[in-house]
Amino acid sequence: MAVYEHGYKPYTGSLTPEWSRFLILPRHAFRDVFRSKFFIAFFALCFLYPLVAAILIYLHHNVNAIALMKLDLRELVPINASFFHAFVTSQCSLGFFLTVLIGPPLISRDLANNALPLYLSRPFTRKEYVVGKMSVILILVSLITWIPGLLLFLLQAYLEGAGWLGQNLRLAGAIFLASLVWIVVLAVMSLAVSAWLKWRVVASGALLAIFFIPSAFGEIVNALFRTRLGHLISLGAIMNSLWRGLFGLFQRQTGQIEGMRNGRIIEITMLEPPLWASWLALALICGLCVLLLMRKVRAYEVVK
Amino acid sequence: MNPVIELDGLGVVFGKRHILQDLRGTLNGRAIGLLGPNGAGKTTLIHTLLGFHPATHGTARIFGEDITTEARRIRSLVGYMPERDSFIAKMTCVHFVRLMAELSGMPPDAALERAHESLFYVGLGEARYRTLDTYSLGMKQLAKLAQAIVHGPKLIILDEPTNGLDPPTRLRMIRLIREIRDSGEARIMLSSHLLRDVEECCDEILVLKDGRIAANCNLEEERKANRKFIELEMRGDNRAFAEAVGRLGCEYAFTNERRLKLVLPEGVEIRDLYKIAAEREVQIRRLNYKRDSLEDIFLKAMEGGDTMVEATATPSATVAATGGNGNGSL
Repeated sequence: MAVYEHGYKPYTGSLTPEWSRFLILPRHAFRDVFRSKFFIAFFALCFLYPLVAAILIYLHHNVNAIALMKLDLRELVPINASFFHAFVTSQCSLGFFLTVLIGPPLISRDLANNALPLYLSRPFTRKEYVVGKMSVILILVSLITWIPGLLLFLLQAYLEGAGWLGQNLRLAGAIFLASLVWIVVLAVMSLAVSAWLKWRVVASGALLAIFFIPSAFGEIVNALFRTRLGHLISLGAIMNSLWRGLFGLFQRQTGQIEGMRNGRIIEITMLEPPLWASWLALALICGLCVLLLMRKVRAYEVVK
Repeated sequence: MNPVIELDGLGVVFGKRHILQDLRGTLNGRAIGLLGPNGAGKTTLIHTLLGFHPATHGTARIFGEDITTEARRIRSLVGYMPERDSFIAKMTCVHFVRLMAELSGMPPDAALERAHESLFYVGLGEARYRTLDTYSLGMKQLAKLAQAIVHGPKLIILDEPTNGLDPPTRLRMIRLIREIRDSGEARIMLSSHLLRDVEECCDEILVLKDGRIAANCNLEEERKANRKFIELEMRGDNRAFAEAVGRLGCEYAFTNERRLKLVLPEGVEIRDLYKIAAEREVQIRRLNYKRDSLEDIFLKAMEGGDTMVEATATPSATVAATGGNGNGSL
């Protein structure tokens, strides 16, 4: 079918491996995503914290710099689990806003333009389509979360010298796993929202609402019933517990308050929900999102 | 060689509604026309063949590959042009077609090259860098055709390809379909409720009615069989004329008072009819060779049903209940 021949001819060349075809979607999506100057500016901003953290780690091991600043940086900002936990928390929060920017149009645009039959009439399955769309978020948010996190970890291990890497290997796992869990949750949630809401602004608003409204509701439950179980409906609180758990910083007891029982003032211990409950809540949220997603991602919807 | 499509008791049920029921048959044509009134199950059949809907009963095979077990392989052999507007917003046409080619398994460079080629082939070469949302309806249809053929499939399924097209664009679309058919490199399945489109492109037809096969025949053979099929419009003593041509061995039937259909036997020529007309002082106002019988087949398949089918270019063919001796049918 050459331009000059004007005749129909079949394709006889080589084909790409089937397993790699889902990566076609992020490759084409990035073109669109990086067309926005606002997005590029925000994406660049996301690397500010890793840069500052890298400088801190460097200064930590530079005796001359510490002497020059006349500060005991080692005590002020210790490079430990809390340091990396703070890094992951901050970057994952930025990852959420990044997802709010890029997630909503990923599927809604295809649904609005009836593009799914075109994708699914090719040797390309629904699962590959969803994984391909998820990869857009997975790749971009990975670039600002666990990838710089692990680079910082390696920088610290290099500068600290022998022994530190072996003793703190758990931190590397925690950085990777904590980020990955959050990225998967974000990806699944934003795609589910994108599949059900066609308008970008509404979908972005819905993503923010899903994050903040249950959190506020959970706090009301906590305040009314003097409990911490309200955290189970707050995505932010669930993730915070899981991150703390992964970094070995989780504590169930988060305070004591005074309460009345039988006319007497007593101390009530506030206990966070156990970690297994947080994992379960997260799994339920993800399961629901996947269900919603697979219900909508079809070549044609059969109207009953 | 494997047939293009084999239907083996294929049935599809949505809820309690039987959309397709026990479809059986073998389709071998270079271009297969899928006909039927609205709601007959044409699009559902296409979707089932593509694996969009699971078959509830039976199965079907495309080039010998089973649709239930080899769906992925089948989709690599097939190019599909959907009926409704389908595209990816904010993309240039060449980017869109390239993406579709890559999803079919072509490497990026080859996909880009083929995208350019297929857009030139369908006549969108000059407009290929425009975004799809700026295209007219006709251009969108051509872009859909380009994405369906970009990976060089062995079977191209076209669902209502001429929907909403103006006459020149329709002619262009028909010409492209015929060119692809005549190249012999791909088989075509064309679903349409426009008999004229099917008549111009297809050599085999499958007529669906209420989810069942109402007719399945080879149009080429029908055309050959109907080479001597003539329609006359006359003024004068038509009955006497008819009896005279009957004595020549012609089978005939009146479609109304002034119109006569007849089949010329071997050895009888048109001039014989003029001779008889002159002898009986009958005027032959119009004489048409009825080249094919698609509308006949369709109407017969519908059993005179009240369909929304557009008439073909050939004259109407309501067959009267009289024959060579005045009692048969054609």
